[in-house]
Amino acid sequence: MLETVVIPLLKIAVLLNAVLVSVTFLVLMERKVIAWAQSRLGPMRVGPYGILQAIVDPIKLILKEDITPVKSDRYLFTLAPIMSLVPALVVFAVVPFGPDPLYYVSDINVGLLFIVSVTSIGVYGIILGGWASNSKYPLLASLRASAQLISYEIAVTMTLVSVILTAGTLSLVEIVETQEARGVWFGFIQPVALVLVFIGGLAETNRAPFDLPEAETELTGGFHTEYSGMRFALFFLAEYANMIVISAVVVLLFFGGWLRPFPSVSWLAFLDFVPSWIWFIGKIFAFLYVFIWIRATLPRYRYDQLMGLGWKVLIPVAIGNVVLTAIMKVLF
Amino acid sequence: MGEALLFWPLSVLILGLGVMVVSAQSAVHSVVFLVINFLLVAVLYVTLNAEFIAVIQVLVYAGGIVVLYLFVVMLVNLKKEPERFADPRRLARSGLVLSGLVLALIVVAAVSSVLRNSGEGAVSGELGSSTPFVSGNTEQLGWVLYTSYLVPFELVSMLLLVAMVGAIVLAKRHL
Repeated sequence: MLETVVIPLLKIAVLLNAVLVSVTFLVLMERKVIAWAQSRLGPMRVGPYGILQAIVDPIKLILKEDITPVKSDRYLFTLAPIMSLVPALVVFAVVPFGPDPLYYVSDINVGLLFIVSVTSIGVYGIILGGWASNSKYPLLASLRASAQLISYEIAVTMTLVSVILTAGTLSLVEIVETQEARGVWFGFIQPVALVLVFIGGLAETNRAPFDLPEAETELTGGFHTEYSGMRFALFFLAEYANMIVISAVVVLLFFGGWLRPFPSVSWLAFLDFVPSWIWFIGKIFAFLYVFIWIRATLPRYRYDQLMGLGWKVLIPVAIGNVVLTAIMKVLF
Repeated sequence: MGEALLFWPLSVLILGLGVMVVSAQSAVHSVVFLVINFLLVAVLYVTLNAEFIAVIQVLVYAGGIVVLYLFVVMLVNLKKEPERFADPRRLARSGLVLSGLVLALIVVAAVSSVLRNSGEGAVSGELGSSTPFVSGNTEQLGWVLYTSYLVPFELVSMLLLVAMVGAIVLAKRHL
């Protein structure tokens, strides 16, 4: 009873709270980093250096009025934000924060595919949200979003095949253990795959420079134009939770997950005194910083450029990478 | 016992959702019911210890194909009925014939598989013998697919390629 029910439930509770709290602070981090990139101060009023802004913002969103447009499809309008957030949180069930079973909820032998398939459900939130609003800008945005997400999902999934070939397993725990055994992070063996997964991840989380589904200069607010209050907050949470998921996947596959830097160099062994989950979370936040940095630096793509990049560059390169990896695997 | 406890409620839910898919007023609603239906089928696969199939079911059907359905349903004007099937009685009759044929096919398949397995007393006859070297769900599936069922597998992939090329040719007049 204790082993099968109580401990997993406790783990899930801790994990969900940790993810949601990280999301609120990630929003603050984004505002701060972009402000610094633009020579501003960012939020400074609430708490020292505006740190408490992360707590005040969610309270504001909860207290705001929750409006459902009269002409909208009420059921789907309610369902869409839920369908967007739930997959983003479910994915964390297979993300390992350390080698010990204490640090993950479950290690299923198709872990990586589980992440890919569950995140692919999240697109329904965006499509249905845009359609159910019964308004032209959200509809246009949701059409853009579905085309974009499907295109980039193909590229990312094809790229993951080459990583799976290198690791020889689909279990996330075993992928990291393979990197430990070989003494090298897969980012150095598969640099092309790393770049492809990262670009695809930017596109799948609708982040700049691929944020066309919510391009505020063309589509007012994108697919969540008609949403307000907590339902808008759910979309917001989903986007940031997905960012954490993508960073976690990139870290697990290419940067050794919970391993310390240079796992094969023995005189750096003192770094092992830092717990594994701190390395993992630190690496995740390094990648989240890159996400924000890119948003502050790059302008948005035009829509035809976006589709051209996805279909004519990323997918052919991904297929080529798979073929090359397979040949190397057979030869060596 | 545990499997049966999950199997019956799940089957009822899956069939009920299937009925809702065809009876929903709005086409978008039926697509949403279809997604939930596919997700429940994936749960059914999990109870049968076929995690790989379950995950692929979610990835390919719920996450890929139905998104395209939704895409089309949102774009196409569904108010207009196709002219050939304007007569509802004719539509009902052809539907009845088609569903009868599918039912007959399922019954034949079920009966023949029961007859074939009753002699050996076990389901695992042909698959179990060819997979001695690998452990694990995914590996076994790959092994079976690329040894016992290599030719059908390659034929299916050829069929998909032909369909893909055909779709591109139909959609794009000037290549």
